[in-house]
Amino acid sequence: MPLSRLSSPFLSGVNRVTLHMLHLLLALVPAVIALVYFFGPSVLITITLAVVVAISAETLMLKLRNRPIKAFLLDGSAVVTAVLLAIALPPLAPWWLTTVGILFAIIFAKHLYGGLGYNPFNPAMIAYVLLLVSFPLEMTRWLPVVGLNEQALDFTSTFQVIFSGQLASGIDTMSGATPLDAMKTQIGLSKSPSLILQQSLFNGFAGQGWMWLNIWFALGGLYLINRRVISWHIPTAMLVGLASISLVTWLVSPETTASPIFHLLNGGTMLGAFFIATDPVTAATTIKGRLVFGAGVGLLTYIIRIWGGYPDGIAFAIIIMNMLVPLIDYYTQPRVYGAANK
Amino acid sequence: MTSKLSSFPGGLKLAGHKKLSTQTAIQKPPLSKKLILPLQQHIGAASSPIVEVGDKVLKGQKIARADGHVSVYLHAPSSGTVSAIDDHAIPHPSGLSALCITIETDGEDRWIERKPIPDFTAVSEHEIRQLIREAGIVGLGGAGFPSYIKLNPGIHHHVETLIINGVECEPYITCDDMLMRERSSEILDGLEIMQYALGVKRCVIAIEDNKPEALSAMELALASRTFKNTSIVVIPTRYPAGSEKQLIQVITGKEVPTKGLAIDLGIICHNVGTTYAIGRTINHGEPLISRIVTVTGKHVNKAGNFETLLGTPMHELLAFCETERKADDPFILGGPMMGYNLSGDHLPVTKTANCILVGVDDAAPATTPMPCIRCGDCATACPAGLLPQQLYWHARAKDLEKTQEYNLFDCIECGCCSYVCPSKIPLVHYFRFAKTETMNQQLETEKSDIARVRHENRLARQEAEKQEKEERQRQRKLALAASKAAKEKKAAAAASSEPESEEQ
Repeated sequence: MPLSRLSSPFLSGVNRVTLHMLHLLLALVPAVIALVYFFGPSVLITITLAVVVAISAETLMLKLRNRPIKAFLLDGSAVVTAVLLAIALPPLAPWWLTTVGILFAIIFAKHLYGGLGYNPFNPAMIAYVLLLVSFPLEMTRWLPVVGLNEQALDFTSTFQVIFSGQLASGIDTMSGATPLDAMKTQIGLSKSPSLILQQSLFNGFAGQGWMWLNIWFALGGLYLINRRVISWHIPTAMLVGLASISLVTWLVSPETTASPIFHLLNGGTMLGAFFIATDPVTAATTIKGRLVFGAGVGLLTYIIRIWGGYPDGIAFAIIIMNMLVPLIDYYTQPRVYGAANK
Repeated sequence: MTSKLSSFPGGLKLAGHKKLSTQTAIQKPPLSKKLILPLQQHIGAASSPIVEVGDKVLKGQKIARADGHVSVYLHAPSSGTVSAIDDHAIPHPSGLSALCITIETDGEDRWIERKPIPDFTAVSEHEIRQLIREAGIVGLGGAGFPSYIKLNPGIHHHVETLIINGVECEPYITCDDMLMRERSSEILDGLEIMQYALGVKRCVIAIEDNKPEALSAMELALASRTFKNTSIVVIPTRYPAGSEKQLIQVITGKEVPTKGLAIDLGIICHNVGTTYAIGRTINHGEPLISRIVTVTGKHVNKAGNFETLLGTPMHELLAFCETERKADDPFILGGPMMGYNLSGDHLPVTKTANCILVGVDDAAPATTPMPCIRCGDCATACPAGLLPQQLYWHARAKDLEKTQEYNLFDCIECGCCSYVCPSKIPLVHYFRFAKTETMNQQLETEKSDIARVRHENRLARQEAEKQEKEERQRQRKLALAASKAAKEKKAAAAASSEPESEEQ
């Protein structure tokens, strides 16, 4: 007799795992469209490549580990990891960059730790960090938003760039810093943020294109909360954490730091808050713990952005907080029925 | 409605499937030729038989007596002959056999002389409790705890509130629902007796809002009485609102302290079925010889509620309801959330058999569970405020100490966590396992503690004996030495005097 029929309960709710995965992918659609709109069709090619590599690697690892392949592929976790990493990679990321990242995420960060449910670190973020420290040039070469440069790359030439590695003529002039990067460098050169924001890269507010990207990620995230795919605790705590520390420093020293709005709507803030920090396997699992976890990610993100060596700090912040999860969960247990009020 | 209701955390909205078995009135199945009566149909010590094979018994005659404080009497459900007192398979999660009294019925169904109490206020509370004990009444909601104990507040407690539990929150089960619809007045008779025995101030009858017929029947019956301080409270339908701890939380907003009992809050809970049985016993002199059993499920053609004599073999009842049971159908005693698998259909109906369920919709899939992804849905659903995902992790690793740190024994096994688990992990199964292991270990520790103390005592005793012996030896040596010395002295004295004499 199967384990599930041995003892009560004999009823079971609807299985929503695959449904959750579909909701998650659906929630990413607006942001992906925005990515295509602002940075060209490159992201579509990267996503496709990433998914193919991820499914192959997952199948291979499941086979090697003697696990049922169909059941584990259908849970969709490999696809989600692939899509999230692909979205986080810069446009025109060469094919080998994507492949190395996905292989590392699936094989090392996930299966060598015991596979689904046993990995302490978010696989997509581990892979992202690996690529960032190993290939800093490729990982920080973002395209400026379409419309800022003369001409957007069409699908064929994008495909060519990604797979041949041949940079089309003029690609060097096309690549540029992200608003976060530019802000950091220029503040380092003692320019004031208000002056920096006047540049065309920033459209006077947050960042050309990046602002919209973050808004679309946030709307997708709200959809997930509404569909109960994720709970509100981690995103809210993370955004509040990031906003409050940036508000404090901004109020204290507006001449050397950017506003909270700038930080909320730039870099991977919303992608991280709604889609990555909320990965249940690697995040805290208690309600209070999720608030602590989210707030920690928010604070660390800001600290790394301002005082760290990298323009964005989401990936590092999430990985550092992943390490603290067992501790957080232990000290944030809910009060049990009938236990004395402390 | 007297006061505002509270709520409990977690819980589930479940499809009730109650209409399946509420379409017909309570029926009486035909008398079985053979009634099999397990001596243990309650929590506590098994009853001791007071009849022998071959004895003629009458309906309602005592056939086994209570053995100890937590025990009750057992009666012949119909007249006939005791044909066997031996081991028979009983309804039990592990398919055990246990001592049963088998009665071949004679078809006459002849009663023993019944002694109703026309005015229960004329007898003492103590006598009422004894009568209830002798009538074999136990909690009919499923737990089977001897009811007379729960009608005795004792000298250390004072009962403020009596809660009559007519919630019946598990899907499919409708025996309490139908009882309230059809016999509301007799439930109130029992209630009056309980109030008297407990000397209670306030009484609350709790009914879930998915039972409007039962509710109106009870309200109608209550309106025609002159009870003071008795009210009917409508509880929102949410599983497991009928669990004692959760029900107390909903009605009073208080929580039964960990390792404590409801009576520590001045509250006592009784099931409506038990209340009805107490009324029958005092007012009609009838002991507990039958109960209402819901027979329902996907494969029961004539589902309904049946006033069944205890000991009736289940297959007869199932045949009466035209059941087509298939081998791999879930075949469950109790509800689908907390019941257990029956090992066969030749088992007898017992005092705690509230529902026989054959086949369920939305049955748990027979698939291998996927790994836990720590989504926390189980913690959200847990009415006890536990973290099933953490408990599971440690139970799986057999780290029993850690499961204690995560309050394993506060788990009420309601099944909400397993129900919501997206990975289909049978969480409650793991928790039951961890509980049993822990209890076994504690038992082992206790045993080894006793052995160790015994061993240490023995060593101490041996040591004492040894010392005593040595002491005695020393004493003897001393005495010997002393007498030797005395002798020598004497000898010396003699010697010293002898030369003198020689000299002389």
